[in-house]
Amino acid sequence: MRDTVIDIRAESAVAAHPLLAARGLSFSAGGQTLIHGIDLGIEPGKRTLVMGANGSGKSLLLRLLHGLLTPSSGEVLWRGHAPDRGARRAQAMVFQRPVMLRRSVLANLNFALKVHGMAGRARAMRAQEALDMARLSDLAGQPARVLSGGEQQRLAVARALVCEPDLLFLDEPTSSLDPASTQMIEELVNAAHARGVTIVMVTHDFGQARRMGDEVIFLDAGRVAERGTLDQVLGAPRSEAARAWTQGRLYTGTSH
Amino acid sequence: MFSFGDIMAEALGLILTWDRDLSEIVLLSLRVTFTAVAISCLIGLPLGAVVGAFRFRGRGTVTVLLNALMGLPPVVVGLFVYLMLSNAGPLGILGLLYTPTAMIIAQTILVTPIVAALTKQVVEDLHGEYAEQFASFGLTARTRVAALLWDARYSLLTVALAGFGRAVAEVGAVLIVGGNINHVTRVMTTTIALETSKGNLELALALGVLLLGLAVIVNAAVMALRASAVRAAYA
Repeated sequence: MRDTVIDIRAESAVAAHPLLAARGLSFSAGGQTLIHGIDLGIEPGKRTLVMGANGSGKSLLLRLLHGLLTPSSGEVLWRGHAPDRGARRAQAMVFQRPVMLRRSVLANLNFALKVHGMAGRARAMRAQEALDMARLSDLAGQPARVLSGGEQQRLAVARALVCEPDLLFLDEPTSSLDPASTQMIEELVNAAHARGVTIVMVTHDFGQARRMGDEVIFLDAGRVAERGTLDQVLGAPRSEAARAWTQGRLYTGTSH
Repeated sequence: MFSFGDIMAEALGLILTWDRDLSEIVLLSLRVTFTAVAISCLIGLPLGAVVGAFRFRGRGTVTVLLNALMGLPPVVVGLFVYLMLSNAGPLGILGLLYTPTAMIIAQTILVTPIVAALTKQVVEDLHGEYAEQFASFGLTARTRVAALLWDARYSLLTVALAGFGRAVAEVGAVLIVGGNINHVTRVMTTTIALETSKGNLELALALGVLLLGLAVIVNAAVMALRASAVRAAYA
């Protein structure tokens, strides 16, 4: 028996003027529908966590929202309109496995700034600020690909933030990092949030959710099973998927 | 009848005394080869990068064509360029037949598909790694190609080296379009063929030694550069 999907619109979870909105967002591949008509709104200034079991469509949803994938149906709206080049420039994404350009640490930051049209002294200053923020100044001249996993992910976060996006997507940025590296990444993200950057992050980590989340979108088999504040979803879950998750029970999902 | 040892000794003597004819032939060979490889890189690198990085209609056909053209028979290319540049050909008015320029054109046609096809493979692999990040950056097609070529630059040195190897050793096409004219279009490979047929083995062997040495030196230099660069930038 399928668990009842909590109607997110009925809960007023969609903001009146969301920064980013999905309307009937679906995605199919290989004859399978992986995302089923999702409606949601990302409120500006919030830290929204996307949670759910493996294969529930978290990373896929992030890529659809960021425009890396084209939905099979439905649409994504940026400030109420179809995303344009400006929307892309106002967003950034950090991937689970950091993608380091075959350049130095500093050159990775400069590249991001350059493609955003920043030149000269302003670029150098901004890059240096990002290095300091990520505590990578001593490694500025090092090839990015020789850094440790934690350093690479810090650089990836710094590179995403250096262009001062309005919205930052993070796809399990700390899934393979130790606690110290995780803490540094979280500090960077929280500092960005404090500066007004809206955060949308996929995480599997219950503790991280407690530390980093304002609200949670809980996915189950490509559908929003539940959405609400952190306390609502993780403290008093109403969907079976979220309940099983919070109780640490094995939940194999339901057929849709 | 001279022994191999005598011929080798005379050949080395020619090299050591740096015979005027020898130097003229070597310098022309280098000029033709490096120019052809440079032009091939100018065309083949971006072409290969575009095919490697983007999906478009006909991409499979272009890939098959590039791979097939890697094995172009030099004499066929020589014949084609000859027909184009001969007085009866469409480009005959340019008067380029039997000039180093004609040889450069022929070598460029031979080397460009090699550079493009190998570049496509290198860039395709790198793009597989970068694609999502580049999409997230919102890069234009031009910036994407430029960034891929820059980040693949050390691997692409090997690609250029493959083109150099093809060009410097080529004899059929340059013989047809250059004519092997003394002091005008005579290069190392065509001279080796000619002097061997004439029985003038000292000059042929001297040029053979130089050709081998040149290939080894260029390969070693590029590989050393690549190795140090890889250590410094990739790891």
